[in-house]
Amino acid sequence: MAKQLVLMKGNQAIAEAAIRCGCDGYFGYPITPQSEVLEHLMAERPYLTTGMVVLQAESELASINMVYAGAAAGKRVMTSSSSPGFSLMQEGLSYIAGAELPALCVNVVRGGPGLGTIQPSQSDYFQTTKGGGHGDYRLITLAPASVQEMYDFVELGFDLAFKYRNPVAILSDGVIGQVMEKVMVDDYKPRWTNEYIEENCPWAATGHRSTGKHRIVTSLELEALKQEAINDRIQAKYRKCEEEDARYEAIQCDDAEYVFVAYGSAARICMKSVELARAEGIKVGLIRPITLWPFPTKAVKEIGGRMKKILSVEMNAGQMIEDVKLAVDCKVPVEHYGRYGGVIPTPVEILDALKKMVK
Amino acid sequence: MTEEIIIAGFGGQGVLSMGKILAYAGIMQDKEVSWLPSYGPEMRGGTSNVTVILSDERICSPYLNQFDTAIILNQQSMDKFESAVKPGGLLIYDPNGITHHPTRKDINIYQVAAADKASELGISKLFNMIVLGGFLKVKPLVTPEMLHKGLEKSLPERHHHLIPKNEEAVEIGKGLLTPYHTL
Repeated sequence: MAKQLVLMKGNQAIAEAAIRCGCDGYFGYPITPQSEVLEHLMAERPYLTTGMVVLQAESELASINMVYAGAAAGKRVMTSSSSPGFSLMQEGLSYIAGAELPALCVNVVRGGPGLGTIQPSQSDYFQTTKGGGHGDYRLITLAPASVQEMYDFVELGFDLAFKYRNPVAILSDGVIGQVMEKVMVDDYKPRWTNEYIEENCPWAATGHRSTGKHRIVTSLELEALKQEAINDRIQAKYRKCEEEDARYEAIQCDDAEYVFVAYGSAARICMKSVELARAEGIKVGLIRPITLWPFPTKAVKEIGGRMKKILSVEMNAGQMIEDVKLAVDCKVPVEHYGRYGGVIPTPVEILDALKKMVK
Repeated sequence: MTEEIIIAGFGGQGVLSMGKILAYAGIMQDKEVSWLPSYGPEMRGGTSNVTVILSDERICSPYLNQFDTAIILNQQSMDKFESAVKPGGLLIYDPNGITHHPTRKDINIYQVAAADKASELGISKLFNMIVLGGFLKVKPLVTPEMLHKGLEKSLPERHHHLIPKNEEAVEIGKGLLTPYHTL
């Protein structure tokens, strides 16, 4: 069967992609604005078709630790949550990174801090890209800007997680989670067999079955030199990831004098602001980081370096702007425009901020 | 072609499903579509609105503050969205419950007395389809065939026997459309 065109919400696309790409298990706990992920999975009942486990855990802590266990066995497992719930998962994510296991977690961000609001926000950028849990680890972070990308980034997320044996985050928000758009969905792919895992994941704890070969998954190493060696290995992976897997999209940057840097739903709104600004003769483009970690530093340096000024647009008080400034080495003026607490900036508002900067 | 629409009213009036049917009908015509609901405190009682965009090109922002068309179904939404219609744009509203009628002179304004008609005919559940008919009379963005397909896609199969009634309601809406202020 060929690909199929459907209309669905971003959250449903996450769930549908999980089923279709051969995910082994989803463990989660409901929270607005991402509850449709679990709802869609429960409605589709993949445990009757692909054999994928879908479980509503008793809490976010339980969810992330179930993911930890599934990942240790070489399974393609995931969870999803929204900001306050995602905060509860940080300890588990640090352990998963420390134990060098692949896992996928989706954060459909809402306004904070604290319980905050249920409206969209991008205020978890620091938490996700700089390490919300303890220790020197990174989450490979994908930032979808459409329902199609919500769909595509599930399989991509698993691929990256297994490539680096590191947790991957999809950092979305209430707009992309709730909006319905066209999505091209793939045919169902089979889940990995135990034989496949045995062959391709030599680290996975699949049971030694009297072979005498033990595989131990742990994030504990009390001897400092050994722990340093583990850290060396982890850091080497991160350097490789920065080299090979930073992604971005550049829109109308070729003749631009100014550029927006924005990701996710803020990038979508900026696309409209680019259209409005160009109608008024302001040559502006947009750099849309697709991976937030690794940040597309080279691209922002190269494209941003040619600009008169850069406007970093985020639905927060200014977080990604630090990475933008580092990328251009502060050689180009970088300003921030943002709304927070669940308020979504309008295309006209961003245009006004641009005009103010251009003056 | 890009048509940016806001549909706004009370929760339960069928605002979101009206938008969904439009979106599905748009897909059937190979358009790019975007359907963004308000899901905040609104869905926990009170007002409800949805932004629907149909376009021949890649859709930029799903979130907008200016619209080609506003379909308004209560006073709160009128207060909020009358000023959000682009100059030369379209405002369609049901006068039922409206105490402050629109005053803009730079847009086209039509009334569809859908609530009264729906209760007169005893088809209150089809209220939103009557409104949709009024809109499609002014802007025939989707053909009746595509609307039919859109209904098939957006309604669960157990409700497919109601599709003809929905289509009748759309036709009733087309007949009810009354100009209030036109350019």
